[in-house]
Amino acid sequence: MTAKLRSSLLAPALAIAFSALLCAIALLASGANPAEALGVMIGHVGKGQVAVDIVNSTAIYMLAALAAAIGFQMNLLNIGIEGQYRIGALVAAIVGSALVLPPVLHWLVILVVASLAGALWALLPAILKVTRGVHEVLSTIMLNAVAFGLAAYLIRRDMFGILIGNNVSTEPIPESGRVQGIDFGDRGTVFGLVFLAVAVAAVYGVVMQRTRFGFELKASGESPTAAAAGGVNAKKMIVVSLLVSGGVAGLVGMPEILGRDHAYTLNFAAGYGFAGLGIALLGRNHPVGIAFGSLLWAFLEKAKVALDNVGVPREIATIMQGSIVLSVVVAYEIVKRMDLAAEQRRVGRALGTAEPVEAEVGGDRK
Amino acid sequence: MTTADARPGSSVVTMPAPPRRRKLPGWAIFMIGVVAAVGVLATTSYLTGRPALTSSLTMQNTVTLGVPILLAGLGGIWAERSGMINIGLEGMMVLGTWGAAWGGLHGGPWVAVLSGAIFGALGGLLHAIATVTFGVNHIVSGVAINLLGAGVTKYLAMLIFEPLSQNPRDSPPIEQFATFSAQPLGDWLADLENEQRAVISDVAGLLGGLVTRVSPMLIITILLVVGTYLVLWRSRFGLRLRSCGENPIAAESLGVNVYFHKYVAVVMSGALAGIGGAALVLGSSPSIYSEGQTANRGFIGLAAMIFGNWRPGGTLAGATLFGYADGLRLSAGPGTVHALLYAAVISAGLLVIWQLWRRKWRTAMLAAVGAVVVYGLYYASDELPTQFLPYTPHIITLVVLALAAQRLRPPAANGVPYRRGEGD
Repeated sequence: MTAKLRSSLLAPALAIAFSALLCAIALLASGANPAEALGVMIGHVGKGQVAVDIVNSTAIYMLAALAAAIGFQMNLLNIGIEGQYRIGALVAAIVGSALVLPPVLHWLVILVVASLAGALWALLPAILKVTRGVHEVLSTIMLNAVAFGLAAYLIRRDMFGILIGNNVSTEPIPESGRVQGIDFGDRGTVFGLVFLAVAVAAVYGVVMQRTRFGFELKASGESPTAAAAGGVNAKKMIVVSLLVSGGVAGLVGMPEILGRDHAYTLNFAAGYGFAGLGIALLGRNHPVGIAFGSLLWAFLEKAKVALDNVGVPREIATIMQGSIVLSVVVAYEIVKRMDLAAEQRRVGRALGTAEPVEAEVGGDRK
Repeated sequence: MTTADARPGSSVVTMPAPPRRRKLPGWAIFMIGVVAAVGVLATTSYLTGRPALTSSLTMQNTVTLGVPILLAGLGGIWAERSGMINIGLEGMMVLGTWGAAWGGLHGGPWVAVLSGAIFGALGGLLHAIATVTFGVNHIVSGVAINLLGAGVTKYLAMLIFEPLSQNPRDSPPIEQFATFSAQPLGDWLADLENEQRAVISDVAGLLGGLVTRVSPMLIITILLVVGTYLVLWRSRFGLRLRSCGENPIAAESLGVNVYFHKYVAVVMSGALAGIGGAALVLGSSPSIYSEGQTANRGFIGLAAMIFGNWRPGGTLAGATLFGYADGLRLSAGPGTVHALLYAAVISAGLLVIWQLWRRKWRTAMLAAVGAVVVYGLYYASDELPTQFLPYTPHIITLVVLALAAQRLRPPAANGVPYRRGEGD
């Protein structure tokens, strides 16, 4: 148990140390003091609405990362989250503004619609993969681009768009379909759907750890042949996991739309999907890890503005994010190899002695 | 295609598995493909009255936009033939665009190409270190490199280009390659094109686009295609490199240094993607680096490679297809892109005839249904919504992948982790 704990803590520690080193070098190269830069970033959190913004972004990133993690569990790389959440948000905004329903039920229906639309957008790569053997990475990348085009088309003023001020958007969602946030006055408003992210993470954790479906998903990811021998239908698992992943991805845009914008606008945020992939890698597909990863990501994203004050281009935050992800995957690989070597040494020692081997090997695990 | 029924004595069933009929050599298939494509386009252009489909301007745009995709595809061939999946091509291409603009500012277009290659190769080196040395999942490392490539370029652009161009997203314009035309051939072809005669003018337009205002970038690219073929398929080094992609453990047992070959392949892959980025910078007018310039072309290059069955000639065909779809949008309006639907109907019709002849009834049926559906679309609409135009190559990629994916054969050990000395 202690060995397991050590290896699960060693890797993130190694990764953070390594990426901190990389970022420090990058900061030094651009002529800034790393400690000072970190100081102003942390100091920035206390200003204005930054803290609340970080909480809100964390929730959005968590949803995106959970969508990515569901795919990763099965060795599926759903790059299409970007397109799925865009389509989900757009369809939900259009449907939500047209419906007349009592409060609560209204936004619940909107959430379901968003999720279904995201899943539907993920259905095509799933079908292509299962029936035609098209790699999901390529088909989802292409569908991301098409989603951008489709969204731009559907928001045209002769389709579903209307002009509000200088911005084209869909019809606003009526009051009954909006989700109240927690108001902190000058500090901003925490989206009500932050709790949705927490709930999805909890459900994800339970399903993965405690249900047959989660077990089959992980089994198919780790060894497709073993899973098939155990009676798992690989094609069905591919379709289901991509659909679930797309369904969660469809929710990514919802905190912003139901909590702040109340419509899909032309400048709807892009890039959450790719961030989600990075965060899922960072959190090793574990719900708690994903929560911390999202928090770190949101902190870097929101606090990077402060870097301008110390004369560092804020884009360095993107380098930090990229190098953290890369260090994490490398660190996990190194630790995995160290564990494997240690295990081999231990077994070698056990077999080398003339003592009864089974008892020791079996007993050590418990 | 006359070899279809050249199976001698098929009534005498003595062998359980008759030997596969001889296939046409690759260059012949390639030429037939070119003729068929030109024929379909010429017919479409004639029937729909859209000369822009085969104008020399369209062809020039095809070349300008196809070259970056082709270079990325070549990069994909190098990496994947050695068994390394390289999703990071996009990030390496982005690095290449920055490197090209920076090099071009200091030393003209040739330095731009070189510096683009070096920046792309650095991205490739990072991918190689992560995947070959540390055994990280290839796709995961590729995704991280795409993130990192975009971040590093944005940062460097802010740091270096903003003081010069007053814009964090663009570089100042760099010197372009001097273009040249094969005269008097070009003028003669232009005259022929302007006469608007069926087929002849179409061929003249397409050829004319290839020989007028030719950039040295095209020459470099063609040399790289031929070079890739010669190195990978006609040299000892290439044989070893490909053996790492087919069965690294067997290669190791024969004394091949698998790590070394994989490193070379991935670094080379990055360099080619970087040159692709340089081609993008030099091909845009004015030639500048701008943020988001690559617009997924690295991924489309990967699709072109798959379309081309992991071979240089096929990748060239795929890149031409995607470059054409992109170039047509620039040189002509939405109406002309709409005429592509008509071309798709004709292609599907040809496919039906071909499948009927091969007695593949089911495929023929599917193709016929497809043709009817696409014709319905064509008939029902006048032009494609402009919002979809930039995504024509993406949609074509999807269709092509869906139709072609099962007839392809990727390298056997593509993406499979390999550790030295762990084979049984």
